[in-house]
Amino acid sequence: MQADEDMRKKAEAALKKNASYGEDFDLNEYGLASEEAEQADDLEELSEEDQRTLLNVGFTPSEDNRAGSFLMLNNAVTHSSLRDQDVVELMSLRDAMKVHEWVKDYSWKLVEPDKDKYTAMSYLQDANGYFIRAPAGKKSKMPVQTCLLIGSKQVSQTVHNIVIVEEGAELDVITGCSTKHGVDKGLHLGISEMYVKKGATLNFTMIHNWGEEIGVRPRTVVHVEEGGSYISNYVTLKPVKSVQSYPTVILEGKGAFARLNTIAVAHPGSELDLGSKVIFNAEDTKAELISRTITTGGDAIARGEMIGNADNAKGHLECHGLVLGGGMQRAIPILEANVEDIELSHEAAVGRIAREQIEYLMARGLTEEDAVGMIVRGFLDVGIQGIPDELKADIDATIAKIGENAI
Amino acid sequence: MLEINNLTVEIGGRRILKGVDLDVEAGYTNVLFGPNGAGKSALLMTLMGFSGYNVVEGEIIFKGEDITNMSVYERAQMGIGIMTQRPPNMNGVKLHDLLNVISKDIKDAEELAETLDMVRFFERDVNVGFSGGEIKRSELLQLSAQNPDFILLDEPESGVDLVSIEQLGNTIKHLLQKDCKCAGDRCKHGKSALVITHTGQVLDYIEADRGYILCNGTVMCSGNPREMLTEIKEQGYEECIKCKLMKI
Repeated sequence: MQADEDMRKKAEAALKKNASYGEDFDLNEYGLASEEAEQADDLEELSEEDQRTLLNVGFTPSEDNRAGSFLMLNNAVTHSSLRDQDVVELMSLRDAMKVHEWVKDYSWKLVEPDKDKYTAMSYLQDANGYFIRAPAGKKSKMPVQTCLLIGSKQVSQTVHNIVIVEEGAELDVITGCSTKHGVDKGLHLGISEMYVKKGATLNFTMIHNWGEEIGVRPRTVVHVEEGGSYISNYVTLKPVKSVQSYPTVILEGKGAFARLNTIAVAHPGSELDLGSKVIFNAEDTKAELISRTITTGGDAIARGEMIGNADNAKGHLECHGLVLGGGMQRAIPILEANVEDIELSHEAAVGRIAREQIEYLMARGLTEEDAVGMIVRGFLDVGIQGIPDELKADIDATIAKIGENAI
Repeated sequence: MLEINNLTVEIGGRRILKGVDLDVEAGYTNVLFGPNGAGKSALLMTLMGFSGYNVVEGEIIFKGEDITNMSVYERAQMGIGIMTQRPPNMNGVKLHDLLNVISKDIKDAEELAETLDMVRFFERDVNVGFSGGEIKRSELLQLSAQNPDFILLDEPESGVDLVSIEQLGNTIKHLLQKDCKCAGDRCKHGKSALVITHTGQVLDYIEADRGYILCNGTVMCSGNPREMLTEIKEQGYEECIKCKLMKI
């Protein structure tokens, strides 16, 4: 296995390679997260506190209306269950490697191990994670839910996920990332490689709810074939030390489509460097990147990038940032056309809520607080489907608090 | 209901209203005429308390209380409502959600929405991509849900086609005098309003009690609104200005 050996050497060499963006984390400051943990067969047997943690990132311990559930605590898979084995396959990536020999053909093919120190670390640790696959033509009515939880202080969690939606299949995934109560410092490194095949659809919703001293470095690449659709919703509304991500979608087949929604709040002390990138490599491909960020004292950077390499590709980029009570907003749209017949556009705006809008609602009898709350709620509402009521309530409470503090 | 004394207002340091005196009694609908740029809209915006309209002199008394320095919210709570000419785009704020928040009984609002053919706008962002007529209907719907005692209407008929104007006029009439059986009843229990109109079309539907002519930020004259409208149509505002100058 000369190729593996070469890759290993490259990864080792990249262990000191800083990422292009975001604060640098010294990996030596964090211990390896444990691969051992008690199994949680019945998720409703978990402590109330743990269940609440799960609910707040969209993961329902009762598993109602879920096709399958997967839970990872530190680096240990503590739960993996499936309701309907015909429409979806769910297991740990390591198990999948054993079950299907071909899974290796999907592993580390989209994300380069030597991209930066975080990918290198995850590669060298042979990180485990979830493997979700929708077989050809299968459509699950309910989403698969997964949760990646950091349960110990001062550790780095490394995760490697692979999602495959085969030809003509449809799959919904809700992934929640959080920390157990009391865990304030840690690092989460997450590699995700997703494959949306011909005519398939993947709806991927990710909710982050980290702690104030957590560093988060997701590395995601999505490959979409002819007529395939990838729809992503990323939500992070709670304090976190630093999130830097730049998920990339490659539209490789004719008529492929991608929409990425990002809604984020940068609290004081938080650095959110959130990008998203679409590469149009085939004719008639379309994409929309929508970013809505609010800063209440932290830094929010919204990078949106579209690279058009094929005829009749259409893309629109929207970065809107609100400054509510200090902090920094930076919108960085990048549009690149490498062929003639292409249509890429962007609109970006950062600033405060227009006084006129607040007073319009006040003239209808709303207090200033309620008016701001209503505008903020509308600002962050990009129409995400399938969020459990508990999470909705939590989001509403967060927004109400933002409204209060914004006055 | 409303008493404006010697009101002087500046926008960005520029004097827009100069010593305006104006009253609206309970149950009365008064009309504000005047050429473009006279300060009519500015007067309505000032009465609602919007920022940017700085009262440098005078006072606004509403229901016996001095509201000159009150916030927009406090004025709305006291019973003032407004339909402005160009309301802002409320991105993300759905019409139905807003109605839900401002109405005491959402069913009434939903019924009126049926009549005004606004149900299909429920899930739309308020004012975003609305036509002139749609904005007016949406504003009226919101005002009905809010049910204020005193209503400020800034050119309710502008941008509305001839067919819709009847519907609009009748809705305003209903809003102002829905439960009033007779003229006496209207003065006792009806709503009060201050309406800006250029064309006077809205006066075909509502009872107007008193007219004011505002030119260059000053009240030139007041009197019977219908007579005033006829005179303005015949002679324009020049005569009013001349007349006022003669008196000084």
